[in-house]
Amino acid sequence: MAIKSYLAHPYNGQKEKLQKELSIIPHCEVIPAANKDVLILVTDTNTRQEEDILKEKLETITSLKLLAMVSGFNTKNK
Amino acid sequence: MYNSVTNRRSFIKKMAILSAMTAAAAMFPGIVFAEEQERNLPKGSGNLEWKKAPCRFCGVGCGVLVGVENGKAIAVKGDPKSAVNKGLCCVKGYHSVMSMYGKDRLTKPLVKKNGRYVETSMKEALDLIASKMKETIKDYGKDAVSIYGSGQWTIPDGYVASKLFKGCIGTNNVEANARLCMASAVTGFLTSFGADEPMGCYEDIDHADVFVLWGNNMAEMHPVLFSRLLDNRLKRGVKIIDFATRTTRTSMAADKSILFLPQTDLAVANAICYEIIKNGWVNKSFVKKHCNFSKGLTNMGYGLEDKYKFKDKPEKISFEEYKTFLEDYSPEKVEKISGVSAKDIKYMAAYYGDPNKKVMSLWCMGMNQHSRGTWINNLVYNIHLLTGKISTPGNSPFSLTGQPSACGTVREVGTLTHKLPHGVVMNPKHREFAAKIWEVPVENIDPKPTYHTVEMFRALDRGDIRFMWIQVTNPMVTMPKLKRYRDGAKKEGRFIVVSDIYPTPTTDIADVILPSAMWVEREGMYGNSERRTQHFEQMVQPPGEAMSDTWQLVEVAKRMGFEKQFYYKEDTHIEEIYNEYRKHHVGKKHNMAPLAVLKEQSGAMWPYVDGKSTKWRFNAKYDPACSNGEEFHFYGKPDGKAVIWQRPYEPAAEEPDAAYPYWLNTGRVVEHWHTGSMTRRIPVLHKAMPHAYVELNPDDAKRLQIRTGDKVKLTTRRGEIVLPASVNERGVPAPMQVFVPFFDENMLINDITLDSFCPISKEPDYKKCAVQIEKV
Ligand code: SF4
Repeated sequence: MAIKSYLAHPYNGQKEKLQKELSIIPHCEVIPAANKDVLILVTDTNTRQEEDILKEKLETITSLKLLAMVSGFNTKNK
Repeated sequence: MYNSVTNRRSFIKKMAILSAMTAAAAMFPGIVFAEEQERNLPKGSGNLEWKKAPCRFCGVGCGVLVGVENGKAIAVKGDPKSAVNKGLCCVKGYHSVMSMYGKDRLTKPLVKKNGRYVETSMKEALDLIASKMKETIKDYGKDAVSIYGSGQWTIPDGYVASKLFKGCIGTNNVEANARLCMASAVTGFLTSFGADEPMGCYEDIDHADVFVLWGNNMAEMHPVLFSRLLDNRLKRGVKIIDFATRTTRTSMAADKSILFLPQTDLAVANAICYEIIKNGWVNKSFVKKHCNFSKGLTNMGYGLEDKYKFKDKPEKISFEEYKTFLEDYSPEKVEKISGVSAKDIKYMAAYYGDPNKKVMSLWCMGMNQHSRGTWINNLVYNIHLLTGKISTPGNSPFSLTGQPSACGTVREVGTLTHKLPHGVVMNPKHREFAAKIWEVPVENIDPKPTYHTVEMFRALDRGDIRFMWIQVTNPMVTMPKLKRYRDGAKKEGRFIVVSDIYPTPTTDIADVILPSAMWVEREGMYGNSERRTQHFEQMVQPPGEAMSDTWQLVEVAKRMGFEKQFYYKEDTHIEEIYNEYRKHHVGKKHNMAPLAVLKEQSGAMWPYVDGKSTKWRFNAKYDPACSNGEEFHFYGKPDGKAVIWQRPYEPAAEEPDAAYPYWLNTGRVVEHWHTGSMTRRIPVLHKAMPHAYVELNPDDAKRLQIRTGDKVKLTTRRGEIVLPASVNERGVPAPMQVFVPFFDENMLINDITLDSFCPISKEPDYKKCAVQIEKV
């Protein structure tokens, strides 16, 4: 249903932890920057329910300081 | 088939990654991603065509790229080329394209006949509107017709509305909902500097060391700008101080959260000035060269009665007199009024006073929707003027706007009763100037302002106004003390036209409903909080007979006999209107960028002079309009000086008492745009925030045995409403205060709010009235 990309900012010194925590969540793909404290997160969900669950999970991640959205694709109506 | 869908998804995913990498590169110069991850990223965009536009969902004015495929807008990404957001985009921005495709979009004009709405053609509906306007003017005079627009009007919408009503019909019955959100900012700027809108720009964020947020929940209301603050904290260790009446997501993200009692920001601002003077932190040479001191009338009242009038009488005072006045505002004295400890007041004052720290103050509704809104704006400017921390990179008092074009359309085009695109109706030279460009006899423009928004709806209730055209706004959710104005609008002998994209409580009171084209379904421009004008082209077709608000007005104007003034051609009217509008602002102080420039880049900041945007006004290094040979020139005032105002603390119009012991504060939530008429139709957002609620302080809730979800009755002197409770969830009000968001048309909190307003700006105070609460 929706594909979204974000810049995920970890709390100080928690970049690796954040990368791990994000990558085990279904529908999430993580790309860390090699030289800066920021990660790219791409989420890809098929249903609204999946999206809701994902949202809840993201909210529980303690190493995540800030999630800044970059793009959103609504692929439902092709 | 399966394969092609998979390919498409993987392609889109790669595009999403690419967008994020581009945004990251704009925010972190030199950022590197592992090579294998950059490989295989799409170079082109497949079938998707990306076109730039300013986002339509808040005053930040992010540059976005809208992805259009087969005539439908399906994607949004932050525009990395935009200086505003550098590639970021928030959840509302993303959903702006989805809000065009709700199932119940209005696609046909509807006319009320015998109590029922009947579909009609656009031609017939426009004929009816024009004839009703003519008839009303004939029977009741020109001041019986009015238009009520919006900070979501595009620049051409507002311009043609003003030209038709003020220039052609000859009534100043032109107002916009920005009166409800920005009017105090305008009067604050005019009284302190003689020129509206911020002197600085968003780039200040990259230079400031300290950010003081005055009653401004930026994390929810200006999310992308707030990300920029946080980003600067990550990079440079800047400090963020949240100074507010309620604990919000912003407070939680800030380095320090300081709570004050409602209305007492006036006292605290004065206390900060007291400290600045006491500790010798005044920038003496700046003040001597560039500032005057004045006082105005006090005990102005609150505008609660019909036809209330107030005119301030400014009087010059000396620095010594000002200093004596501040004796009542020592931190220790103010601690008792405000609930803010003297230590915290000194803490804030020390940052403002430190010559080595650049400070940015940011505010929005907390200071503007305030029964002394003009005063509190003045007082924050006082702090920056006393310390000379103004008009230089990073030193910036910055009034943020809520709507995408509150600045561009309402303030710059001047769609308020007293305004003209350049200047005010009271000034004969300004009238002459406008009349010449509009090609109307100067006598057409009435020298007397008529009604500000609250008074306009009172006039509709009284019957002084008989015809009202409402575009892009939903006053039947947003007016304070709403019941009076709803009943008034429904009275016999009133004719209401509403242009909108979805049915709302405001279309419910309409005699004619016109379907409007939204955002990128038409061409237009918005102007954001940092004086940036941004253009967007028409990218998709509007549904059914939907038509832009601009063209609706042009069509009606022609039918009323103003063909000469509304000569625009359908294909090129936006360009023609913008070029005509630019003539009003010619000169170094306000020149607008040519359309070709706006089409090419992500907006331009006025004054746009010699091919350049102006980032810092009043500073001779950056602003070509400075002409006094000094470093700074506050040229908005005849003597070139800014004004430091003596403004006291005065209580709100209605404060808690034994019968109504709590403060009621209202506001917005991140998921919904204003009254939710668009965002409540987006399933994800609606589900995330399905209905309004009342936030209580956990101690109050415990004492009253109220838990989240319990039904709570709120009673004010205007009426009552029942809402589910929210305890310790998103926001936490201070003890004896409650907060209710206003987005929910099924739980109209404005039925019980108070229509008191700032006597100078006439902006209502939605943040303060007294309420009783009980569990039901
Ligand atoms: S911050 Fe405002 S302008 Fe920017 S994307 Fe979000 S809603 Fe749009």
